[in-house]
Amino acid sequence: MSSRIEQRFAALKKEGRAAFVAFVTAGDPDLDTSLAIIKGLPDAGTDVIEIGMPFTDPMAEGPPIQASYQRALKGGQTMRKTLELVRQFREGNDDTPIILMGYYNPVYHYGVDKFLADAKSAGVDGLIIVDLPAEEDSELCLPSLKAGINFIRLATPTTDEKRLPTILKNTSGFVYYVSVKGITGAAAAEATGVAEAVARIKAATELPVIVGFGIKTPQNVAAIARHADGAVVGSAIVDCIKDNLDQDSTASSGLVPAVLDFVKSLAAGVHTGRDK
Amino acid sequence: MSDPSPNSFRTGPDEDGHFGIFGGRFVAETLMPLILELEKAYGDAQNDPAFYAELDDLAKHYTGRPSPLYFAERLTEHCGGAKIYFKRDELNHTGSHKINNCLGQIQLARRMGKTRIIAETGAGQHGVATATVAARFGLPCVIYMGAKDIERQAPNVFRMRLLGAEVIPVTSGAGTLKDAMNEALRDWVTNVDDTFYIIGTVAGPHPYPQLVRDFQSIIGRETKEQMAEREGRLPDTLVACIGGGSNAMGLFHPFLDDTSVNIIGVEAGGLGLDTKEHSASLAGGMPGVLHGNRTYLLQDEDGQIEEGHSISAGLDYPGIGPEHAWLKETGRVQYVNATDAEALEAFQLCTKLEGIIPALEPAHAIAHVLKIAPELPSDHLLVMNLCGRGDKDVFAVAGYLGITLT
Repeated sequence: MSSRIEQRFAALKKEGRAAFVAFVTAGDPDLDTSLAIIKGLPDAGTDVIEIGMPFTDPMAEGPPIQASYQRALKGGQTMRKTLELVRQFREGNDDTPIILMGYYNPVYHYGVDKFLADAKSAGVDGLIIVDLPAEEDSELCLPSLKAGINFIRLATPTTDEKRLPTILKNTSGFVYYVSVKGITGAAAAEATGVAEAVARIKAATELPVIVGFGIKTPQNVAAIARHADGAVVGSAIVDCIKDNLDQDSTASSGLVPAVLDFVKSLAAGVHTGRDK
Repeated sequence: MSDPSPNSFRTGPDEDGHFGIFGGRFVAETLMPLILELEKAYGDAQNDPAFYAELDDLAKHYTGRPSPLYFAERLTEHCGGAKIYFKRDELNHTGSHKINNCLGQIQLARRMGKTRIIAETGAGQHGVATATVAARFGLPCVIYMGAKDIERQAPNVFRMRLLGAEVIPVTSGAGTLKDAMNEALRDWVTNVDDTFYIIGTVAGPHPYPQLVRDFQSIIGRETKEQMAEREGRLPDTLVACIGGGSNAMGLFHPFLDDTSVNIIGVEAGGLGLDTKEHSASLAGGMPGVLHGNRTYLLQDEDGQIEEGHSISAGLDYPGIGPEHAWLKETGRVQYVNATDAEALEAFQLCTKLEGIIPALEPAHAIAHVLKIAPELPSDHLLVMNLCGRGDKDVFAVAGYLGITLT
């Protein structure tokens, strides 16, 4: 049986459109609000959901996602709660792929085998672990594939022809192209450079290529969607969460609808991107 | 190269940067090509006699090496036991052992055609050494330093700025060394084309733990020669303080296969290991992955990294070099700790008895010497690595002692 990720991209291909991928942090700003946002994402036009596993030391994240992780940790988010969040989402949705994104230490500390078993049973479809390059595949990538969870690798502007096969070797589900040299939420991605890079990666793999980092507006999303199989927005969404906190840093009553409205506008950018 | 041979503790790391299960290359993909390039550049440099000729020349005429091996006569008398020697790396240019590594790494940066230098710093010793070599070779330099450390190490901040470096305060997390390292990694990933990251300790992704160790091993090699000259034999015990562990690794590594030599690393015990306020990652931590390597880390039950605490900003790091983690597990090196209070007392005692103001970092090593030397026989040769001078700490120490300086 193919994975939810594969099924989703096959369906999108038939429809002839790109995927909109939304990133939010598990437990940001609190567990209930976070679950409400995630439950609302599919109807807001999200094709694939990326959920950040908060970590104290997110080395590749810019200030927005750092702050988002901090809010979640301050609210008492743990790995167990993150997996429970996925399980609760799955009770009402069996077809939207869920990808957990984060850093290796919380997974390693939880125990790789236990993590994979619990993630699989909760309904996790894929993993993106920022600090596990191909050189460390035996840590989590190979065990994930064995457990039936896609392991999605990042390709970057520093990935040259020589490096590309190494990255593609054990990656599955899709390839995540990091469109800028740098951290999340920083510089804006240049659509033309991205088009070339995506074409280069697609020439070397059958897998869909999704683009993330530096994509913030419906216009950015639309521009990326013309060239890639999907676009990821993260920092702009978690900033929207931040902007809808009350003065005491708790969720305002309007937070969930505001975030989902913003996601709708971004998703519309993807869905119309190819028509322009 | 496969696993280090059981006959030697000096063959690591393996080709993927592992010391046993520790070490490795846990970095974002953007950095991988650069790390592989650095590994190759270091490999090439190791086969180039001109590289070492230039380093030797700089060590002699710029750093002022070899640093003396000094017999601490009055401290020895005070303890009434082992014969205590200080390896005086605090006399180096810039005031600590950090310059040994910075000169090596900036030479690699130049070989690789990099034009911009970044570094993280805790106490500011590595920041000062980096800013110094950047000035010496005319390269722009950015130093990341925790906001809290900037406060408690003001003299070093000013020195770095005088040297032309830009010092960027880091406010994320607790604003100490760990957070400065995160921020330096973020800069690196953003400026990967022109920037060389001079990591200050034997941690980070492979090949950093290896190359920092190699550049610092001059401490141990000199000690071996100097001790042979003075006493005609190997020392019996080596003691060094450990934050990330570069001065300790530099002293220890050349002696690892000399099984008669007892080797002791002293971690920062802070307010005591029964509190959470310490930086003893080996004694109080668990294996985990941070800053590019697997090693012992202070972390909570959910794998979140905890902030270390130490009176000394240079030891205030929740991790430790991966080779130390491996040496602990193999049992070759014994790891102990000394508290803030013990270090503060050793700081004062050393100053009064020897006329040498040690940095608060090696004051932890001295504190351990004070514990063990009295129990050892008078022909027992003990070497303590006096890896930094305490000028930078006098204001902070005055504060701890309740004295106001105007």
